[in-house]
Amino acid sequence: MADYREMWSNLDMDLEKHDVLCQVLPEVFGEVYLSQQKRPRGMDFYDFVVSEIHGVRPAELIEHQKSGGKVFGTFCVYVPDEIVFAAGGIATGLCGGSQFWVAAGEKVLPPNTCPLIKASVGARLDKTCPFFRIADMFVGETTCDGKKKAWEILASEVPMHVIDIPQMKRAQDVNAFEREIHSFIKVVEDFTGSKISADSLGESIKLINNKRKALQRLYEARKAAAVPISGKDALLVTQIAFYDDPSRCAQMANQLSEELEERISRKEGVFPEDTLRIMISGTPMAIPNWKLHHIVETSGAAVVVEESCTGTRYFENLVDETAPTLERQVRALAERYMKTNCACFTPNSARIDDILRLAEEYKVDGIIDTNLQFCNLYSTESHLVKQALAEKNIPVLHLETDYSEQDFEQLRTRVQAFLEMLRE
Amino acid sequence: MTGIGIDIGSIATKGVLIKDQSYYRVILPTGWNPRAAGHEAIAKLLALSGVERHGVESVVVTGYGRVAFDSADRIVTEIKCHARGVSHLYPEVRTIIDIGGQDSKVIQLGSSGQVVDFAMNDKCAAGTGRFLQVMATALGLEVSELGNVEDPNKLLAVSSMCTVFAESEIVGLLARGNPKEGIIAGLHQSVGKRVAAMARRMGVKPQVAFTGGVALNRGVKRALEEELECSVMVVESCQYTGALGAALLACQSGKQ
Repeated sequence: MADYREMWSNLDMDLEKHDVLCQVLPEVFGEVYLSQQKRPRGMDFYDFVVSEIHGVRPAELIEHQKSGGKVFGTFCVYVPDEIVFAAGGIATGLCGGSQFWVAAGEKVLPPNTCPLIKASVGARLDKTCPFFRIADMFVGETTCDGKKKAWEILASEVPMHVIDIPQMKRAQDVNAFEREIHSFIKVVEDFTGSKISADSLGESIKLINNKRKALQRLYEARKAAAVPISGKDALLVTQIAFYDDPSRCAQMANQLSEELEERISRKEGVFPEDTLRIMISGTPMAIPNWKLHHIVETSGAAVVVEESCTGTRYFENLVDETAPTLERQVRALAERYMKTNCACFTPNSARIDDILRLAEEYKVDGIIDTNLQFCNLYSTESHLVKQALAEKNIPVLHLETDYSEQDFEQLRTRVQAFLEMLRE
Repeated sequence: MTGIGIDIGSIATKGVLIKDQSYYRVILPTGWNPRAAGHEAIAKLLALSGVERHGVESVVVTGYGRVAFDSADRIVTEIKCHARGVSHLYPEVRTIIDIGGQDSKVIQLGSSGQVVDFAMNDKCAAGTGRFLQVMATALGLEVSELGNVEDPNKLLAVSSMCTVFAESEIVGLLARGNPKEGIIAGLHQSVGKRVAAMARRMGVKPQVAFTGGVALNRGVKRALEEELECSVMVVESCQYTGALGAALLACQSGKQ
């Protein structure tokens, strides 16, 4: 990694603690990623991003700030990045995916909080993540109780705006979300000092749509009988998409997809032909959480699709690009975002429809429905997911886990037994 | 056809060698080195049966130590092995309850003995052999004595499922002068409740077989029967079921 110590020091980071993190990651990445066979060349870019994970993108964000731009840190797929980019800002995903930050989060959060929230709060409080130091404003949302209260704690550190996400999807809820987007526009305009116009918003809608289209194209390639990319590699692409520059993200994902499409035309896969195809549904896997994918793919199966926020929920559905006025654009944004199906909504039967549809599209042999420990919403919803899948005779395994390594062997036993069951 | 099945558990390593119609079996403590325990079990089986190593067509390894073991022809999970072992002995079984040293499992079988569904305890010792071992130590007993010492007529409810909290709870119960026999019955009930809850989530179909080291404890069997409101059959040589299943798979597959 290039030397970023001066930059980190200027960000008032805890360099000693941060060094520990910097030492572990390459080792884990080598074991989980670089050991894979037949990786696409297009993954080189993503390997590079990981090798400079706290250097190269943070440096770009700081450059942006030096020229007067603002950086908004976000935590959820319901936050409309389009607004931030339309005002000349940059939105960057902040969700923490490492056990390294959990202990720091536990200093202020109750033990029965999900690891994603603990890691995110811990990364900020312990000063061990540059992204959390750089962001000028955090944009929270009301998707779960743990997050709502965590924002109140983080608000004493960084200016915080919370977007009120409806809990239901009736017409009045979509209208309410539309009003929330208008309020968000006001906040972003005041904070950046630049006015959002129909032109600038139109541009940013296209920008983010292009990112979504590129990721859709990548996932389309995973439907091939001979899977041209491992689930781990595809997951890494969506994880990085969360915080990378959107136009570069689209460019790199398109390049990678092109390579994958060539592989498909040659019927060249990364796994043996009869490898079991698995869908992982449930809660997001923020970088560097690769645990479950690693277990599945080192147990002789392939992850071919993720029904999660680090998967299809992130990029399915595009925003209508033809809306002529700012008003209509905001309406189009509200309609698109409210199509995303998270367990924070009630009822959420559309998510089950999504899972059934994806199971067919990706021709999966089985589904691992998973949630981060203490995520009450997804954990409860798993009952309905299991019921719906049983009706269609689709095998499902429910797993609850966190970022730690302590349940690795137990998870491996469950996953392997599930795969044995599918083979019988 | 000669095949070996090795089940490297967290506490004990079990081995079964099948040569034609003859069965040989060994058990030894796993200790700190699961790989060495696996090799030792194979050596003991060969000595016991008089079979040469090259005369063994296949070795199937299961149990938590399976990943560390270096010379298996095939690695299979303990879930599949228990299913195979139990359905070989008792084809009519549809539900297996396996309580071992560090985990407990409920396995549902289909009509041909195949695994249809399964559940495992979460990453903690509640409802496992380890739970009972810690409690036995706190009571000054060997874990193998618990089943005979309990007295269900004097049952004292132990409400904590967590190993750490339950230990403090029984220290408290003892301090108030309560009899050991009743506390032990309460501990068995606690394990029974925990495992039965897991089984009920999946649905319990008769016949129910009980296997794993903890099946040696008749108090836990009693508690399971009370909780599930059905009879629970303890599998013959219950500690060896996983190794037996592995050996049967070894004979079936050869060197695949």
